[in-house]
Amino acid sequence: MPVQTAAPRIEVRPAATTPTATSKAKVAVRNLDFFYGRTQALHDISIEIPERIVMAFIGPSGCGKSTFLRTLNRMNDVIPHTRVGGHVSIDDHDIYAPGTDVVELRRRVGMVFQKSNPFPKSIFDNVAYGLRINRVTSSSSELEGRVEQALKDAALWTEVKDRLKTSALSLSGGQQQRLCIARALAIRPEVLLMDEPASALDPIATSKIEELIFDLKKQYTIVIVTHNMQQAARVSDRTAFFLLGKLIEVNATEKIFTAPDEKTTEDYITGRFG
Amino acid sequence: MANYDQIRRANSAFMTTLTALCTVLAVGALFIILAHIAWQGIGSLNWQFLIDRPRPVGEGGGIGNAIVGSLLLLLISAAIGLPLGICVGVYLSEIGKGRFGGAVRFIVDTLTGIPSIVTGVFVYAIIVVPSKHFSALAGGVALALIMIPIVARTTEEMLKLVPHSLREGALALGAPQWRVILGVVIPAAAPGIATGAMLAIARISGETAPLLFTAFGSRFFPESLNQPIASLTVQIYNYAISPYDEWHAQAWAATLVLMTLVLGINIIVRFLTRRKF
Repeated sequence: MPVQTAAPRIEVRPAATTPTATSKAKVAVRNLDFFYGRTQALHDISIEIPERIVMAFIGPSGCGKSTFLRTLNRMNDVIPHTRVGGHVSIDDHDIYAPGTDVVELRRRVGMVFQKSNPFPKSIFDNVAYGLRINRVTSSSSELEGRVEQALKDAALWTEVKDRLKTSALSLSGGQQQRLCIARALAIRPEVLLMDEPASALDPIATSKIEELIFDLKKQYTIVIVTHNMQQAARVSDRTAFFLLGKLIEVNATEKIFTAPDEKTTEDYITGRFG
Repeated sequence: MANYDQIRRANSAFMTTLTALCTVLAVGALFIILAHIAWQGIGSLNWQFLIDRPRPVGEGGGIGNAIVGSLLLLLISAAIGLPLGICVGVYLSEIGKGRFGGAVRFIVDTLTGIPSIVTGVFVYAIIVVPSKHFSALAGGVALALIMIPIVARTTEEMLKLVPHSLREGALALGAPQWRVILGVVIPAAAPGIATGAMLAIARISGETAPLLFTAFGSRFFPESLNQPIASLTVQIYNYAISPYDEWHAQAWAATLVLMTLVLGINIIVRFLTRRKF
């Protein structure tokens, strides 16, 4: 691997680094271990995610950041032979406690996936899906209002308002991903998990989604996994660096990208490995 | 390496020709069968033949009762076999992933391979003998038993083709598993499931052996599902083994009707399951 002599310059948007140390923890994780069969994917992770900020997870491929993200809405439950140790609490309630209603948890903790996954239904029905299954409303006018609002929040409304009844699969890749964001926003989750939401998109679609994330943090607590360090620097308030299933460092984004506490973090940020 | 390129091109041309030739042979055989049946059958085909019931030799007669009987048998077997088969397929694909699921899959595969005459004898033993008479219901049950494993396996395969990301997307929105299956997975696989169901119906509409000891056959129009009932396949069999030329011609015509029926079912199901999204 060639050793880079000059570190890539990463700009940190000043507005993205509002102080958040005072806000209370929305998500608190203590001593979390995670296993796929006998392979341990996460080692003793402890982290607090404050309310209404954007928290970015960075790290090389296979470092466990997506796995960790998926423990926060128990999405890993659907994968056979997995095991969790430790505690994850949201609003001081342990989500792995026996008797936790996983369906209710996932309603509160929404998720956007790396690959856009619209249902083979109309645009409207995609966004309305979560509202319908959770019986949010029985009036069709309110349903339409919520769908419209979600599409506006996801910056997609103007592009699709005249063809809500057409197939979601007819949209472009970037539009499909924003549709998936709209679908997640429609049920108004408290926490929004985003697993590399822009990794398959072109720069224009990516910038739209980044602007969106920036707007959304006024209402939601957002956790975003990204391979793209510039993206982490642009959108997040706090950044966590993962390596080989361990949480190396979590700090204010500005600090991570300018003067990280750990040598390993600095090596990764400056491109010496990974 | 011009020489190497020439060999590669020659190889490619040879393999392309070979596959094309095999296709022509396979499809050609099918067309010859279809053309031969049409040629032999079209002569005895007329409106009276389609609506009349069988008459003694020399008096004409038709296959109206057999057409009605075949449709009724298909209806009974589809009503029993499709829901059961689809449910088994859903179970295998979505729920039973452990040892029990594996055992069920193995048993279903074994059932697919059971000769249809065995199914007929089995239904004869458990329904016809206790009730002491042949019946349309027994025939329908026998056909349904043949259908269930076919429908179950095609349903399972079709459901497995639905990307896992769709299930996760629905689960992440707070959908319980049963709603994910009913609202997202099955609709996404519906055209495939319908194609599987159609293939199963096409398959059983050509079955004769399981009907011999169950529906038995009849020379009259059906009045009750609890009585023996005529079917196209059994009628064709009976006429084909008879010594009369007139009945042989009628058997050809009945074969043409049966093939048209199967083709019609195919076209209707294709039309109904066009992909809307």
